Amino acid sequence: MAEQVSSSPMFNVQIDGVWHQFPKGTRVIEACEQAGSYVPRYCYHKKLSSPGNCRMCLIEMGFPKLGPDRKPELGADGKPIINWMPRPQISCAQDVADGMGVRTNSPLVKECQRGVMEFLLINHPLDCPICDQAGECQLQEFSVDFGTSQSRFFENKVKKPKNVVLGPRVTLDDERCILCSRCIRFCQEIAHDDVLGFVDRGSYTVLTAHPGKRLENNYSLNTVDICPVGALTSTDFRFKMRVWFLKETKSICTSCATGCNTIIGTREDVIYRQTPRENDHVNSCWMCDYGRLNFKFLEAENRLLEPQIRSEGKLVPADWPTAITQAALELKQFSGPEIAIIASGRMTNEELWLTSQVANSLGVQLIDVVPRRGPGDDILLSKDRNPNTNGARLILGSASEPGAKLMGIADAVKSGQIKALVILKENTMHLGIPVEQLAQLPVFIVMNILPNDATEKATVVFPACGFAEKRGSMVNGKGRLQRLNRAVRPPGNARDDWEILRDLLQAIGGGDSVSSVDDVFRRISETVPQFDGLTFAKIGELGVHILQMDELPPTHPVDEEAIEQAIAVQAARRAARPARS
Amino acid sequence: MAITVPRPNLSWRERLYLPAIVAGLAITFKHFKNMLLGRTKVTMQYPEQKWDANLPDHYRGAPALVRDADGRVRCVACQLCEFICPPRAIKIIPGEIPSTDRFAKVEKYPDAFDIDMIRCIFCGMCEEVCPEQAIFLRKDYAITGFTRADMVHHKEKLLEIGGVMHGVVLKWNEKK
Repeated sequence: MAEQVSSSPMFNVQIDGVWHQFPKGTRVIEACEQAGSYVPRYCYHKKLSSPGNCRMCLIEMGFPKLGPDRKPELGADGKPIINWMPRPQISCAQDVADGMGVRTNSPLVKECQRGVMEFLLINHPLDCPICDQAGECQLQEFSVDFGTSQSRFFENKVKKPKNVVLGPRVTLDDERCILCSRCIRFCQEIAHDDVLGFVDRGSYTVLTAHPGKRLENNYSLNTVDICPVGALTSTDFRFKMRVWFLKETKSICTSCATGCNTIIGTREDVIYRQTPRENDHVNSCWMCDYGRLNFKFLEAENRLLEPQIRSEGKLVPADWPTAITQAALELKQFSGPEIAIIASGRMTNEELWLTSQVANSLGVQLIDVVPRRGPGDDILLSKDRNPNTNGARLILGSASEPGAKLMGIADAVKSGQIKALVILKENTMHLGIPVEQLAQLPVFIVMNILPNDATEKATVVFPACGFAEKRGSMVNGKGRLQRLNRAVRPPGNARDDWEILRDLLQAIGGGDSVSSVDDVFRRISETVPQFDGLTFAKIGELGVHILQMDELPPTHPVDEEAIEQAIAVQAARRAARPARS
Repeated sequence: MAITVPRPNLSWRERLYLPAIVAGLAITFKHFKNMLLGRTKVTMQYPEQKWDANLPDHYRGAPALVRDADGRVRCVACQLCEFICPPRAIKIIPGEIPSTDRFAKVEKYPDAFDIDMIRCIFCGMCEEVCPEQAIFLRKDYAITGFTRADMVHHKEKLLEIGGVMHGVVLKWNEKK
């Protein structure tokens, strides 16, 4: 889209008395915004079509006055004189034209905006104190900016359905709806699940789902984001916290390889919501519900909070130096071929790099990540549910596809060739190794955030951080390097994963001290060619493209088979026991 | 710039000091005499005696939650007081009113409402900001406790202090 516009001709447009140039095809409303005159809008959304039904973006428009020779008449300043149209126009459904004049703050426009605001507020309930949108509500904002302070309407407001359950994740309050139709268009145009619509007429028009259908597609919560008022609210976030308390941290979603850019809303180390952050290279303005709500596990009751070591057959809490030293001593008992390391595609590049350093200094060859797949879609959700498969591909430097060696490692553990197993941020049960056999391992080091059946059998347990608790970088499925940021502090005595790995690396005796994630990233940029010349700061909020996926060699069929086998083991295990809720 | 304050020109009587000393001693002796005769009380015997009856209407004592004439807790947990509170004494956990409740149309209520009276500075901003006329500063000023936990007023305590408020706006009644 951007390339198309840049090659198109430029038009001269006068906005509020100043002449600007805009490429052909620019919406007038966008042109005004770029020129610094923000035009209020409800129905218009830049990623959706423009129905022009809210009438909030009215402006005055005009075209050059033409002389008898059909040429624009020039004024004293040498610029065309503009013939203003006698009535206001909507700016959202109109593209710029050459010589067009626009007024966004003339008395007529202001009067129109006041009038539209008054109409919108006639039936709008005054329940801002209980409305989740309060604080980020465009009706509140524009009422202050463009409306009047008093209502002239004393009649009874129209009663409409409240607390309507539209779907499993979205609750609707029809009284608050201003009929902008953004949600309807989103479902039609982006989610391709046309379930919402207006019924009834006049002031009794209500938004509703098609009879017998529900708003339950995997993108339903985006309608909550784009709703300019509090009509559509997230059932999960409903009444949990007022938005003005939320600290907003820019991060990325780690639920699949797409890596949607997000804003994590937190207060006092509690995550309340995740919302998408605009990035046209990755996720536009959207994210899927699955990724958005996938943060509850960080607050699970059974989080690992203390480092533990096995002493006299039992796991006992220990302090960090003891646990690290213990792990290093245990690992150094064995030679490289007797040790296997299972890392995770959910680890950041920095953590993976330190893991590979640990593997190098121990001489470990058997190191891989656990592949993770699920059904994908054509919108955002990727089939690859590991957020950093590409990071593992680049940093672990394995010749095979990430995840292809996993079953080989599992077989080596089963056959007893492996004496020491290090498993980082993964559930060992995914390997299909019986717990009894894991208990037989002389050295079994676990780093994770939640316990599982295998954690009990570990010789050393390191409590680590979840995605919202750490900084780092990841490479998404399309080869874009993006940053994770810390939104909350880790609970209890849990530590940042990279710090644990660094200390372990030092205790083993390989590697010098690095004091920050930025330092680790610098080391990566020195050793991995794709990261060459980059620093952690240079990644920026929107990321950088570092890997051309089409330049990668095609996956070897044997690798693909091995990954499918690993996925099948996971699926079998999942089927055997109830899913974690 | 320095300001020169002109010294008053004292008369000879004033310069003598003695008349002023005598006048002062006269007042002292008057009080002494009244005290001997038991006719004066300059010290209020707090806490046996209290000034409560004389507190002005605008007195700012402990903040409290009120119920309206229907018995509904007026607070809807909008958390504006929590936001405005300068010493951050207020902590609210909002909850949703179940649809079977007779006040279901109000939808939201405070599941927990704590005011830490060690932190409270009795500024009255919570009362000023409240859009629901739900929190008022009452005349209670003797807030005591043996532990820090004692000094936190929970919702029940706040409602007990607040009692019922009549004659406040009842906007929720107009809702369906």
